[in-house]
Amino acid sequence: MLDFLARLLGRESPGSKDVAKERLRLVLVHDRADVSPQLLQLLKNDMVEVISKYMEIDEKGLDVTLERADNQVALVASIPVKKMKRVAHLA
Amino acid sequence: MSEVIVVTSGKGGVGKTTVTANIGCGLAMLGHKVVLVDADTGLRNLDVVLGMENRIVFDLTDVIEEKCRLRQALIKDRRFEELFMLPTAQTKDKSAVTAKDMQNICAQLREHFDYVIIDCPAGIEQGFQSAVAGAEKAIVVTVPEVAAVRDADRVVGLLEAKAEIHDPKLIINRLRVQMVQRGDMMTLEDMHDILGLELLGVIPDDERVVVATNRGEPVVTDEDSISGRAFRHIVRRMLGEPVPLMNFDHREGFLSRLRKIMGLG
Ligand SMILES: Nc1ncnc2c1ncn2[C@@H]1O[C@H](COP(=O)(O)OP(=O)(O)OP(=O)(O)O)[C@@H](O)[C@H]1O
Ligand SMILES: [Mg+2]
Repeated sequence: MLDFLARLLGRESPGSKDVAKERLRLVLVHDRADVSPQLLQLLKNDMVEVISKYMEIDEKGLDVTLERADNQVALVASIPVKKMKRVAHLA
Repeated sequence: MSEVIVVTSGKGGVGKTTVTANIGCGLAMLGHKVVLVDADTGLRNLDVVLGMENRIVFDLTDVIEEKCRLRQALIKDRRFEELFMLPTAQTKDKSAVTAKDMQNICAQLREHFDYVIIDCPAGIEQGFQSAVAGAEKAIVVTVPEVAAVRDADRVVGLLEAKAEIHDPKLIINRLRVQMVQRGDMMTLEDMHDILGLELLGVIPDDERVVVATNRGEPVVTDEDSISGRAFRHIVRRMLGEPVPLMNFDHREGFLSRLRKIMGLG
C-alpha cells in the first residue's frame, strides 16, 4: 500500500529535470570547446610544459581531443614519449 | 554614473522585451532616469509592451540617417516622468543599424540618463552584434529548458569575445513551480551550476504578464501579482540591495503536503 502510494506521489520515477541537466552539461562541454579551439591550444601548451619536467616528449606528435562516449566526455591525450628523465634530476 | 545594459538571450521568445520593459518601468518607479532602446529593427515590440505604439513619429533609424534629432525620437511615458523609449523602425531590416551607430547613440543617451537599457533581438547575427556594441553590461534571460540554456551559454561566450562584456547577470523567466516540485523542471541551483552566472532573479510563469502586456502596462506596476513582485525585487537587486530570492514554495499542493506527511518529500 505504502509502496503504491509512494509511486503515485512520484517518488519512484525521478523527474525529467535530471536528464535535462545531464544532457545540458554534456552539450556545453562540446559547445564551449568548439567555440574556442584556442582553449585546447592553451591546454596543450601547459601540458607540454608540465610533462617536459618529467620526460622528453615529441611535441609535434601531441594530440589532445575531447571524445564523447555514451554519457560522458573525456579529454584524450596521445603524447609520444622520447625519453624519461632521471628521478634524481627532479629532486 | 550611468549604466548601459543590454538584455539578450540567444533564443527567441524567452522574455527579453518583457524583462526590458519591466525593469525599465521598475527603475523609473523608484525615480531613476531611464531610456529603453528597441534594437529589434523590423520586429519591434517594446512600443506595444509599453503601450506607446500610437505615439511613434521618428525612430532610431531616422536619427541615424539624420532625419531628426535624437531627442525628437524619444517617447516619454505617460505614467512615469523619468521613463523614455527610443523605438526602432518596423519596416527596415537589421542592416539599418550598425554597431558603430549603436555605440554613438548609447554614448549620447548616457549623458542624459541613469540607465540605458537595450532590448536585443534574438539570434547572434548582425542585429545582436549591433545591439550589444554600445553596452557595457548585460542581462541574459533564459527559461529553464535545455535549448534556451544552451543558447544562453553561447551568448555569454559571444558577449565576452565580441563585446568585452564580462560577468553578465542571469534572469530565469517562466519558472513553473509545480513542474519544479515534480522534478520536471530544472531548478535555480541546476542553472547556476551549469551557467555559473550570478542570478539576478527568477520570474514565475504568470498569466498576469500576458494580461499586463495586453493592456500595455508592464506587470511590475501590478501591486499584487507574483511576477510583478519578482520584477520589483530584481530592480532592487540592480540597485545593490541584497534582496533574498523569492520562495515560490508557499502555495504547496495537496500531493506535496501528503508527500511530506508521509516522509517522502
Ligand atoms: N513570466 C512570464 N509568464 C507568462 N508569459 C510570459 C512571461 N514572460 C514572457 N511571457 C510571454 O512570452 C512571450 C514572449 O515574450 P517576449 O516578447 O518578452 O520575448 P522576447 O525574448 O523579447 O522575444 P523575441 O525573441 O521575439 O524578441 C510574450 O507573449 C510574453 O507575454
Ligand atoms: Mg523581443
